[in-house]
Amino acid sequence: MTLSTAPRLVIVAALALLALSGCAAPAATTDSPAPAAAAPEAESLTIADPWIKSAEMGMSAAFATLKNESDTDITVVSAESSAATTIELHETVEDDSGAMVMQQIEGGFIVPANGTYELAPGANHLMLRGLTAPLVAGVDSTFTLTLSDGSTVDFTAPAKDYSGANESYEETAQ
Amino acid sequence: MSGDQQASAGRRLSRRHLLLGGAAAGIGAAGAVGINLATRARPTMVAEPLISKQTVPFYGVHQAGIETVPQSNATMIALDLFPGTDASALRRLMKILTSDAARLSQGGPALADSEPELSIVPARLTVTFGFGVGLVAAAGGTVPSWLRPLPAFEVDRLDPAWGDGDLLLQIAADDALTVAHATRMLLKDIRSFASVRWVQTGFRRSPGSVKPGTTMRNLFGQVDGTVNFVPGTPDFERLVWGAADNPGWMLGGTGFVLRRIAMDLDKWDQLDRAGREASVGRTLSNGAPLTGVQETDAPDFAAKTTSGFPVIPEFSHLRRARSENPDERILRRGYNYDDAPTGTSVSNSGLLFASFQADVDAQFVPIQRRIDALDLLNVWVTPIGSAVFAIPPGCAAGGYIGDTLF
Repeated sequence: MTLSTAPRLVIVAALALLALSGCAAPAATTDSPAPAAAAPEAESLTIADPWIKSAEMGMSAAFATLKNESDTDITVVSAESSAATTIELHETVEDDSGAMVMQQIEGGFIVPANGTYELAPGANHLMLRGLTAPLVAGVDSTFTLTLSDGSTVDFTAPAKDYSGANESYEETAQ
Repeated sequence: MSGDQQASAGRRLSRRHLLLGGAAAGIGAAGAVGINLATRARPTMVAEPLISKQTVPFYGVHQAGIETVPQSNATMIALDLFPGTDASALRRLMKILTSDAARLSQGGPALADSEPELSIVPARLTVTFGFGVGLVAAAGGTVPSWLRPLPAFEVDRLDPAWGDGDLLLQIAADDALTVAHATRMLLKDIRSFASVRWVQTGFRRSPGSVKPGTTMRNLFGQVDGTVNFVPGTPDFERLVWGAADNPGWMLGGTGFVLRRIAMDLDKWDQLDRAGREASVGRTLSNGAPLTGVQETDAPDFAAKTTSGFPVIPEFSHLRRARSENPDERILRRGYNYDDAPTGTSVSNSGLLFASFQADVDAQFVPIQRRIDALDLLNVWVTPIGSAVFAIPPGCAAGGYIGDTLF
């Protein structure tokens, strides 16, 4: 008798899980065991296809796809690199006149749970100010992203010649 | 489509029935296994992936695009390095080029691809890099003894516009748009290191238009490239990848010769069919030697006509290109070109004669000397471009083409 009831219990449990994931997935994650919540955010954030627009001096921008493999949002609060004295987290928004302008983003880059956050020319990006050396094509630079829980993610990005990404840097260089 | 699905569902059902039935009838394990194997063999009928989705591995001991069955479209590009481009700059360049070539070859976008939608059709894209003597010297590497312009031949009418160069890219795929996009993305990577010296585009039959393995035809209508090395054979290993006298950084590499050969189609028009077949020593219908029936039949150079002349003329291309020395052979991987005519001509066509050989001086040059001395085909063909490159070995994932040199 016990043998025959066991499979039915499994099925009931599976149905319950389906119901949870179907209409209340976030609630399910709050019930998940403690270890996942305690893991540093950095362990769940991966950086794909990073690159920097090559530049002789002054300013440039870095791009990548940030991927969050956890069930909670991850926020990138700051970035550092050997390539530049200052790095700002920028978003590109439409101003009152309809022009697209760059500005520092409020509250950092929020990478959604189990989602991606695109840093791309003409969109959100890492703004490099005060290049420490010419960023010639093919040269690698290392970056460190700091997340809201204080954990960090390192990555290396090559410089590429790119004639797009002509954001109006001057306007926001205040 | 739905027919395939029904067929495979039917197979699954019948297989299960057979196995269950076999077990129930007590046929035993051996019988069940036999049925299992028999049914498993049938899915080989499933169609190959679309040509557009097929990929050639990028990383490996050898570069792709040499053993690869020739794709339908190829673009050959030679570049001149800007002065002062040293080993460090070359390392940066080749890392970027390797990364983007690898990504594109697998159907992904190049890094910072401006038109990523054009990268989703790899169509067997390969990118093969070659180094000219100028690049090897700039890198401070040992120059292979044969890496230099070919000796001058009587038949040559070389135009420098189609010759030499420091860096070669052979970009080939079964789709012209794929080749164009890869070409553009890679040239963008190169633009701060080198300038374009020449670009030569070539084509063969479209994929699917002829049976796989069919020897290509050139614009004279001739079957062109019958005798060729087969990848994986001792001949291929020795005469393409063999490198006894090549410098260490060339291990796994080979030598590349590109000859741009103008074919005078307008003059060829004046030649009758018998004359055309005599000039090359093969039939036009299927490329068989004039002494044979099938394309792959060995030519009988001793066979005589009733009037006592060789059936395969002494002056024919087949006779002249064939050496008694088995080491004097090359891998041919050529393409047709058909450019816009000028003036009163109605054709500007020819062959991108591309060959791979471990030692250009020992393998290519003797053949060309024989053709130069006597070959009736010279009446209609003229070499107008010539370039020699060293093809470095392939690389492992994480490495880059040329990492044995820089």
